[in-house]
Amino acid sequence: MVQEQELETLDININMGPQHPSTHGVFRMVLTIDGEKVVDVEPHIGYMHRGGEKLSENMDYRQAIGYQDRTDYLAQFLNEQAYCMAVEKLTGLEVPERAEYLRLILCELNRITSHFMFLGAFGIDLGILGTSFTYAFREREYIQDIFEEVSGERLMYGYFRPGGVVWDVPENFVERVRAVLPHTRQGVKDLDMLMTENEIFAARTRGVSAFSAEEAIDWGLTGPMLRACGVPWDLRKDKPYSFYDRFEFDIPIGQYGDVYDRYLVRMEEIRQSIRIVEQALDQLPEGPILPEKLPRKLRAPEAEVYAAVEGPRGEYGIYIASKGGDKPYRLKIRSPSFCNLSALRAMTIGNYLADAVAILGSVDIVLCDVDR
Amino acid sequence: MLGITVDIENAWLDALLGVVVIVLLMTITVLALIYIERKIWARIQMRLGPMRVGPYGTLQSLADAVKLIGKEDLRPASADRWVFELAPFAVFVPTFLAFIAIPFTRDWAISFLDLGLFYVVAVTGLSFLGFLMAGWGSDNKYALLGGMRAAAQLISYEVPLVLSLLAVSMVAGSLALHEIVEFQGRVPLLVWQPLAFFIFIIAVLAELERQPFDIPTADSEVVGGPFIEYTGIRWSMFFLASYASLFIYSLLGAIVFLGGWKWPLGAEAGLWLQLIWTFAKTSLLILLFIWIRVTFPRLRIDQLMSYCWKVLIPLAFLQIFLNGLVLVYDWPDIFLLLTSGAGLALAWYIIYRAVRVEPRGVRLVPAHAGRPATTAAPAGAEAGDPA
Repeated sequence: MVQEQELETLDININMGPQHPSTHGVFRMVLTIDGEKVVDVEPHIGYMHRGGEKLSENMDYRQAIGYQDRTDYLAQFLNEQAYCMAVEKLTGLEVPERAEYLRLILCELNRITSHFMFLGAFGIDLGILGTSFTYAFREREYIQDIFEEVSGERLMYGYFRPGGVVWDVPENFVERVRAVLPHTRQGVKDLDMLMTENEIFAARTRGVSAFSAEEAIDWGLTGPMLRACGVPWDLRKDKPYSFYDRFEFDIPIGQYGDVYDRYLVRMEEIRQSIRIVEQALDQLPEGPILPEKLPRKLRAPEAEVYAAVEGPRGEYGIYIASKGGDKPYRLKIRSPSFCNLSALRAMTIGNYLADAVAILGSVDIVLCDVDR
Repeated sequence: MLGITVDIENAWLDALLGVVVIVLLMTITVLALIYIERKIWARIQMRLGPMRVGPYGTLQSLADAVKLIGKEDLRPASADRWVFELAPFAVFVPTFLAFIAIPFTRDWAISFLDLGLFYVVAVTGLSFLGFLMAGWGSDNKYALLGGMRAAAQLISYEVPLVLSLLAVSMVAGSLALHEIVEFQGRVPLLVWQPLAFFIFIIAVLAELERQPFDIPTADSEVVGGPFIEYTGIRWSMFFLASYASLFIYSLLGAIVFLGGWKWPLGAEAGLWLQLIWTFAKTSLLILLFIWIRVTFPRLRIDQLMSYCWKVLIPLAFLQIFLNGLVLVYDWPDIFLLLTSGAGLALAWYIIYRAVRVEPRGVRLVPAHAGRPATTAAPAGAEAGDPA
């Protein structure tokens, strides 16, 4: 007689991060795993907290632009745009048309670079040995060069100002961007061929952490994460700011809300951003880039404003409470990475350990944006 | 090689020379392989790869080796001392042993074993023990996970590997590697056994823990798995073993399936020509493995397992059964090709059915459906409201 014995199994805790190759920065997940299945996830954030919000409160309105770059360091122009929009709302500054167009073009280009970063890093999360990464980075680099020519910086541009942009773009800006866009289109196609219909890629991403539209809305997801669930919510369309209502473009939405859909949505958004940039270049007018009567020191009335842009990760909003004077009384950032990350636990539990990495990658977090 | 060409009387001296030759050969091939892989890998990724050390970076591997030897040999305080320290050897030695039985040309081998194929498979199959030891002995959860994954994967894929080689040896009628090569004078076994070759390639990829099966050492999940706590020379032994296995399995594939030195020149070709043919075929397989490594994402452990047990092993048994049928009833050789080809088609169909990717796209919602443009576009521009 063989006696049946029940073997006792133990869940183990795995400390993924803060130093782990696939946490996209310094993020820490304490995973409880049963074999290969994730039973529980406890995210720990705060390793990158630099107090950008508080620091902004001690700067005058122009100086604080630099801190906005440093939140979501993959979508710097969009952060600056949100901040400048908030300050403009507060002080009533009018942005000249040319400046607004320039901002819009740069923001869309920035969205492209950010999504390329996602595509590259996502490939690595799924185990492609850096090939997707180099492909994506080549395309990023072309656009990054334009940013450098425009702002003189490669990472922390600090190019937007309340009321416009700091200086005009180089003379050949339009031709430069036009020359780069075909490359970008080709780059999306390359990555598409490398990953989208790869059977292993599909097997790893389809059906993983599928979210319904209701769940996504309940968790407060925004951006591609929400659109992948089939909710066509895009601030550029639903609360149009800047000149987005002048362009023809589409909002891509997914069907199942799984990791694969998030990937597809981002890929399509690159194509749509290219469309927007092309149209904006056609329309780019001549003219001043800052308002003519620009006060030496920006003084705001006592008011509260909230301005949000559709960042590559979702709604990036800036709330400023002013009690008069040249500094904000309180500045709060609604960062999309933080809000999207809050759903991590719900998305991850019950999946495999390998999926946890893919899911975290699909959220496309920027830890500086999470912690500010 | 020495036993035959030099004909040394003293058995001890012979053995010693054999060991020296293997170690040298292994080290040199591994150093070369690492360089070549990095170069090909870089070309695929539009990079240059190593360029600094030596002309075109040729001495990069050597520099890396020197650096690794110079590193401190660390052992975590809580590690299981003996298991931890012996694990690299448990991986390294089986690979090393496999070299003994593999013939490079008609006359060159350390030893021509009558059960060469059996021996090589048996010996290389031991290396999982080293991964498990490393995983357990490191006292690290990532290492443990990786070690468990390695054990599960290596043991599972050992089965289709052995079965595919068994099918080949049925056809060749021998387990001696040199006799299998002699059998392929006219037609390489790849032609008679395409299904077995397919299974062999997949199983070897898994045995080598290379993409898409690098699950035990997955960088983005378990951060190197069993090797996570190893540094310096011990780590480089794992590395050495992994590249040496790449070479050995490719060599085995070249010998068993691609006709080794015999096809298409015949055994009368000069020694160097034979050597060149063997290595050319080996390189072809290595290139294939590198190419796969650089372009594929990683599978998940459950997908890996079900692929092995539900697809590869039944198909391998099918191949053996078909071979048995053809051989017992003495049907003409062409039936081997037909049956195995049909099996390959079946394999393709099964895999196609299982992982078929139906194109899935996104739905596009126009940004301004039915809403008039709020701001007029500047004159002369084509934008505005599409609806």
